[in-house]
Amino acid sequence: MKSYVFQRLIYMIFLLWLVSIVTFVVIQLPPGDYLSTYISRLEQAGEELSDEEVENLRRQYGLDLPLFLRYFKWFGQVVQGEFGFSFDWQQPVRDIIGERLALTFTIAILSAIFTFALAIPIGIYSATHQYSLGDYIVSIIGFIGLAIPNFMLALIMLYVAWKSYGLNLTGLFSPEYLDAPWNLAKIGDLLLHLPIPIIVIGTSGTAGMIRVLRGTLLDELNKQYVITARSKGVGEVKLLFKYPVRVALNPIVSGLAWLFPSLISGGTITAIVLGLPTAGPMLYRALITQDTFLTATLLMFVTILTVIGTTVSDILLVVVDPRIRMERAAN
Amino acid sequence: MLRRFGLGRKDSKNTAVQFDESYYLASQWQLMWRKFRRHRLAMFSALVIIFLYSMAVFPEFYSVNDLHKRHVKYAKAPPHTVRFIDAEGNFHLSPFIYDMTQKLDMDTLQRIYTEDRSVRYPIRFFVAGEPYRLLGLLDTNIHLMGVDEPAVFFPFGTDELGRDLFSRTMHAARISLSIGFLGMVTSFVLGCLIGGVSGYFGGSVDIVVQRVIEFLVSIPHIPLYMALAAAFPPEWSSTEVYFGITVVLAVLSWPPLARAVRGKLLELREADFVMAARISNMGDMEIIIKHLLPSFASFLIVVLSLGVPGMILAETALSFLQIGIRPPAVSWGVLLQDAQNIRSLSQSPWLLIPGLFVIVTVLAFNFLGDGLRDAADPYKQ
Repeated sequence: MKSYVFQRLIYMIFLLWLVSIVTFVVIQLPPGDYLSTYISRLEQAGEELSDEEVENLRRQYGLDLPLFLRYFKWFGQVVQGEFGFSFDWQQPVRDIIGERLALTFTIAILSAIFTFALAIPIGIYSATHQYSLGDYIVSIIGFIGLAIPNFMLALIMLYVAWKSYGLNLTGLFSPEYLDAPWNLAKIGDLLLHLPIPIIVIGTSGTAGMIRVLRGTLLDELNKQYVITARSKGVGEVKLLFKYPVRVALNPIVSGLAWLFPSLISGGTITAIVLGLPTAGPMLYRALITQDTFLTATLLMFVTILTVIGTTVSDILLVVVDPRIRMERAAN
Repeated sequence: MLRRFGLGRKDSKNTAVQFDESYYLASQWQLMWRKFRRHRLAMFSALVIIFLYSMAVFPEFYSVNDLHKRHVKYAKAPPHTVRFIDAEGNFHLSPFIYDMTQKLDMDTLQRIYTEDRSVRYPIRFFVAGEPYRLLGLLDTNIHLMGVDEPAVFFPFGTDELGRDLFSRTMHAARISLSIGFLGMVTSFVLGCLIGGVSGYFGGSVDIVVQRVIEFLVSIPHIPLYMALAAAFPPEWSSTEVYFGITVVLAVLSWPPLARAVRGKLLELREADFVMAARISNMGDMEIIIKHLLPSFASFLIVVLSLGVPGMILAETALSFLQIGIRPPAVSWGVLLQDAQNIRSLSQSPWLLIPGLFVIVTVLAFNFLGDGLRDAADPYKQ
């Protein structure tokens, strides 16, 4: 067990290194760089830059170096916790991403909890009431959650909140609380704004999870041990939760590894539509303004979050499932 | 309440199946078709998908107006109400509409449309209209619907510039649906190739491929799609952007397929029927073509049909964020750009209609995939 965790952690570090390369290469793909965007913007504003000034800017930002040197320069700084300078925000990247990443992570976790809280009871209900009206209704709702694009659901919910309650629920805080210090009223305001993003991000994964849980549970319920237990007079509720549900939850735990990237993914677009102060909108803006270091760092951290999530779920699976544990021990 | 689960239901279902002689003579595909046909939702979804793709192939036929034409008199007009009963309360067998006139509300500066109830404009079907070239081959001017001049028919209303949303939605189907299909075919080829190589060679090649797959699966796709799509040069033509998006979508979606192909290959390699074929002196190639491929072709079709909706959703999202398909080319995501804030939504909620097409398409592909999966599973009755 210990050696497995250790092995998995080593592998995670390797993954993280791959992440850094991929993100940096991706960022280098766009034609031109931030500087050319910056210069053309200055020219539009009527300012002239001499070639010498351009050259100076170039050197200052390290854009005159070849690609791999720029990567090593960047990576060396990253290891020391120095993520470069955001051209667009005119601030070090480190200072502006912390809070946004924390919020991104929080929302992803909350959405995961929401997904579980919704999918597990519904999945159990669907399996025990197969082909009933309730089964069909929750299946249909689940499928619609799967099919409706995140951004559209977000728009519709915003619209409904605005139309029926007169609430403008974009962002995470109302304008008056934006810079206010934390107090009860601000927390209340946050709680009012949180449900929409969580529901929107959470529902997309719910349908898939319900389907998996329903399928495995149905398989389990038809097995001999269930019949044996019933013939011995074990109560239905105890019978259901003692073994079949526990077995059926396994694929859900392993599904966590898939769920997490999709939550971060879905969260990106939802956050852009809702104007949440998370990594998504910042990444979007950074991509459009070709703010190299900010994009690279955001993309890297968002990926790191998912890689960590995947690793944790893998380790969790070994903890939960005795069969896998035995298999690992045998190797 | 919980007593209802158990074996009873399943048994009663099995006896309903009639086993006549043709059942035993039917080929694998015939058996699948029989099972698929019984799956009503999947059959219905297949019809919906055929209909949607017919829009992608013949958008000119379905559209009522030219998709780029600006009807200034009808900017931001709501969808026409299709009526059967006229202002006097008389019933008409053929549906009709009333023309709309625009007025500017001087207080709110919003356009207000009122129906002119004096003249009925019956909707005519298979009507002659703007000439177009069907599939680039056949010159014709027949459209599905239309009304007489001077009225203009807007089944889904118009956008800010007065362009007909219905016709634009029909044309958008072409890009939205073909990107899903093309992207899936590309990732299908990649997945089969890479998964096949990984499963066939095994050893260190397998290990490397598996690690790459794990890596690609564990990174969040949308941010990476965004980064890649934002990297397209602005001077690219619509066609180049279109293929660019397809490639971007395909590059990240092959790993699950490759993993599945590899798993299936490893499993089948050890199967008894392959061993039997080998013992009876069948060549490797023949085994692959005659036994291995048919036994997972059905499985691959399922994966394909379940993969398309993800592609369509991703393209819609990218285009919605204005880093995907670029106007004047239209996809459903491009059309949804107009519905980007609450203000435009509250004034013209019909701008969300293209989104309904996305939802219907995704649902239909999911149900179809489910039906195919059940049909392809030989152990499921």
